[in-house]
Amino acid sequence: MRRFWDEYAENRVALFALVVVVMTIAAALLAPWIAPQDPFDLAALDLSDARRPPGTVGFSGMTHWLGTDAQGRDLLSAILFGLRISLEMGVAAGAVALAIGVTLGILAAHAGGWIENAVMRVIDLQLAFPPILLALVLVAILGQGKLPLIVALVTAQYAYFARTAYGAAAAERQKEYVEAARATPLSPARVVFGHILPNCLPPLMVVATVQVANAIALEATLSFLGLGLPPTEPSLGMLIANGFPYMMSGRSWISVYPGVALIILIVAINLVGDQLRDQFNPRLRR
Amino acid sequence: MTLLQVRDLRTHFLTRAGAVKAVDGVSFELGRGEILGLVGESGSGKSVTGFSLIGHVDPPGRVVGGSIRFDGQELVGLAPPRMRELRGRRIAMVFQDPGATLNPVLTIGQQMVLAVQAHRRLPERDARALAAERLTRLGIPEAPARLDAYPHEFSGGMRQRVAIAMALLHGPDLIIADEPTTALDVSIQAQILVEMRALARESGTALIWISHDLAAVAAVADRIMVMYAGRIVEAGPVRATLAAPRHPYTRGLLDSLPATTEPGARLRQIPGHTPALLSLPPGCPFAPRCGYADATCMTAPPVIEQDGRMARCHHLLEPSP
Amino acid sequence: MPGYIIQRLLQAGLVMLAMSALVFAGVHAIGNPIDLLISPDATQDIRAAAIAHYGLDQPLWRQYLAFLGRLLSGDLGRSLVFNIPVTELVFSRMPATLELALSAVLIGAVIGVPLGMWAGYRPDSVVSRGIMAVSVLGFSVPTFWVGLILILTFAVNLGWLPAGSRGPTVEVFGIGWSFLTLEGLRFMLLPALNLSLFKLALMIRLARAGTREAMLSDTVKFARAAGLSEFTILRHHVLRLISIPLVTVFGLEFGSTLAFAVVTETIFSWPGVGKLIIDSITSLDRPVMVGYLVLVAFLFVTLNLVVDLSYALLDPRLRRGRHAA
Repeated sequence: MRRFWDEYAENRVALFALVVVVMTIAAALLAPWIAPQDPFDLAALDLSDARRPPGTVGFSGMTHWLGTDAQGRDLLSAILFGLRISLEMGVAAGAVALAIGVTLGILAAHAGGWIENAVMRVIDLQLAFPPILLALVLVAILGQGKLPLIVALVTAQYAYFARTAYGAAAAERQKEYVEAARATPLSPARVVFGHILPNCLPPLMVVATVQVANAIALEATLSFLGLGLPPTEPSLGMLIANGFPYMMSGRSWISVYPGVALIILIVAINLVGDQLRDQFNPRLRR
Repeated sequence: MTLLQVRDLRTHFLTRAGAVKAVDGVSFELGRGEILGLVGESGSGKSVTGFSLIGHVDPPGRVVGGSIRFDGQELVGLAPPRMRELRGRRIAMVFQDPGATLNPVLTIGQQMVLAVQAHRRLPERDARALAAERLTRLGIPEAPARLDAYPHEFSGGMRQRVAIAMALLHGPDLIIADEPTTALDVSIQAQILVEMRALARESGTALIWISHDLAAVAAVADRIMVMYAGRIVEAGPVRATLAAPRHPYTRGLLDSLPATTEPGARLRQIPGHTPALLSLPPGCPFAPRCGYADATCMTAPPVIEQDGRMARCHHLLEPSP
Repeated sequence: MPGYIIQRLLQAGLVMLAMSALVFAGVHAIGNPIDLLISPDATQDIRAAAIAHYGLDQPLWRQYLAFLGRLLSGDLGRSLVFNIPVTELVFSRMPATLELALSAVLIGAVIGVPLGMWAGYRPDSVVSRGIMAVSVLGFSVPTFWVGLILILTFAVNLGWLPAGSRGPTVEVFGIGWSFLTLEGLRFMLLPALNLSLFKLALMIRLARAGTREAMLSDTVKFARAAGLSEFTILRHHVLRLISIPLVTVFGLEFGSTLAFAVVTETIFSWPGVGKLIIDSITSLDRPVMVGYLVLVAFLFVTLNLVVDLSYALLDPRLRRGRHAA
């Protein structure tokens, strides 16, 4: 563990990315306490403060460091709360997709036979379709809201986890110690949780990291297209969409700052994932 | 007349763990039209020596010292474009596995035309004619038609003939053949061996035949050099050397050949393995595996030259009775 | 080989059938579209007549069977909003999407492959690290955001390129195309770039990985030993060696580009099928949604099939019986 961390810290970019991720998560968690304004408190909004450029002091006397949006909302506060929602969706979808995917993948590898064939066929088929299309269809079918969106994100992503878990578990299955564990009177659950699962963890961690970033990006895309969360839950994607009409008239900050926050988050998570992948990949070890 | 003069060649692989001295002070000369057999186990540095001569050692390897004079021109430190002009035109190379060296998705003709046009501004038609002529010389039937075939449409032996034909395209002065027959069937090996020797003789091309196969080298070479752990441990005319080796390692290699032992007798393998080049023992690197080793072998063995033969050992073997 | 083809065709047909059923059943689970079609204060009679007219009073499975029957005869129903046949509607929007997707894939390949080959040829150079950074960004940054930045930079701030519609088109064979005029190309450049970014990143990665591997192969060593210049080796040997996986992905990616066009078309108000599907989702235009999804699914299955089958044509090692060895 210690060595793993030292090796990670050797890559400065990845270290910086990790710091960014941690800080972003902290900022999102602490949003209600550190945000200058509660963007959901309609009473605090003043329409005469709308579309103020960054750095303006509003009528309420507070400085809008990142400007305000069309409703006169302080953009910094909106972004902090938006991050919260985006992260929440990404992590929730990632976790559920992980649980379903890993269960299916290990089940397929463990059961073998027609179950293995059927499950992997479906998963391969699904992987051939772009996730955005699947999510689009599901959102179209299920309507808008948190739950439908999570269902859509999970459906678009679980297959990646399943594929990874299956690959790792199928490789483990060949190894002697699993054979040995099977021969002893241990319950299948003990074999799975005690032996197979721990060895699937490294690749799954990589996929999980990247998929959380992808879920956040996908959610933002859907929200931007107006197919994501309802307006009462403004994620970063929706903030960007709200600012889009004003972009042409030069008030670009309304879209740009939420976008910058989104990109920083996604790229940082991906960089962490890349580094993990390199570290877990035995072929790259020297 | 001397074609190639190698002095104290050092090619090291600079890894994180330290410098791996794959070639560590190799010196030899090669006359025009001479055939030299370079023998050693895998990891002895014989292939790296070959690649050093054409200036193409894979990173992190690098020629770190010594001199290679080819026809009066120094090759160590030669600018890459100059070196490229020599490669293929005056120094050619043939590799072990023709299945891997020929590009599987290009036709033989396309590949040979590229090799021709690397050095001569010839229109494609003439380049193809030249290629077909060389293929015919190597005994490939219906060569002009076969130019449009892909490598997988040839047998292993035929593929190696194609590779040799490519090496001969520009009539080079020197061909370095790195285990050219190892990947082939035994019967094909012998054919290729004989053909290459004849071609070299006929065109006056010098040949460095790199192999772990003493029997092949005995059949093809005029002179032999035995390499161990990056150094030449014995060199001399092929017959004299193999009839009465002076270095215990050469003796060991000979004893492990089936043909030299009494029928029914057990083959005597040299015990142990080639040493890790990162952690060579002090003194003679062969000492840990050598039956003659004693305390003196902890110091660097002397180079003893006598009757046109050379050996690097404290305990030169007497001609066996 | 014929057995393999038949098997693949059957498989593709089954997948299509399953897809159409899923899509149909799924889309019909959304709210009642009749509420959108007629005003809320229409009389019960008008309402009933409309339901009967659109066949919405039938049980789902009958609606599906009818749908399947019409599907096989190439009839995907009528748009509830535009009141024209779905096929006609989709095909009228298809050229805009096709030319956008095709130019995006081409841009991705033409720029991405050389960049990726360079990054694989000199993996440790500063330029290569820059190229890889671009590819990481291309993978992780959402398409819609890149589109916004492109608009902001080139259309709003610099004013160099137009954004926000398709611009002028030229009619050829009764279809409007943008790529035939300079002005049309100017309108197409930003959306095409936007759409190509992901392919670019992908092509860079694939070309880099392939080149790295190829550079270590004996083929390249042998070519070097023959005195070929590095450029010739890259251009002739390596490019051909890595082209098979590249072409495969090129084919598969064309399909997903059509899907991603949804985002780009929305941002750039590009009147293609992608924008059509988003509009039809928001207006609950069910026949259009079903029709689009079935067409896209069909396209995907077909592309997969074609790629699988063309593998044999691309790789001479898999071709048989030309010259007997």
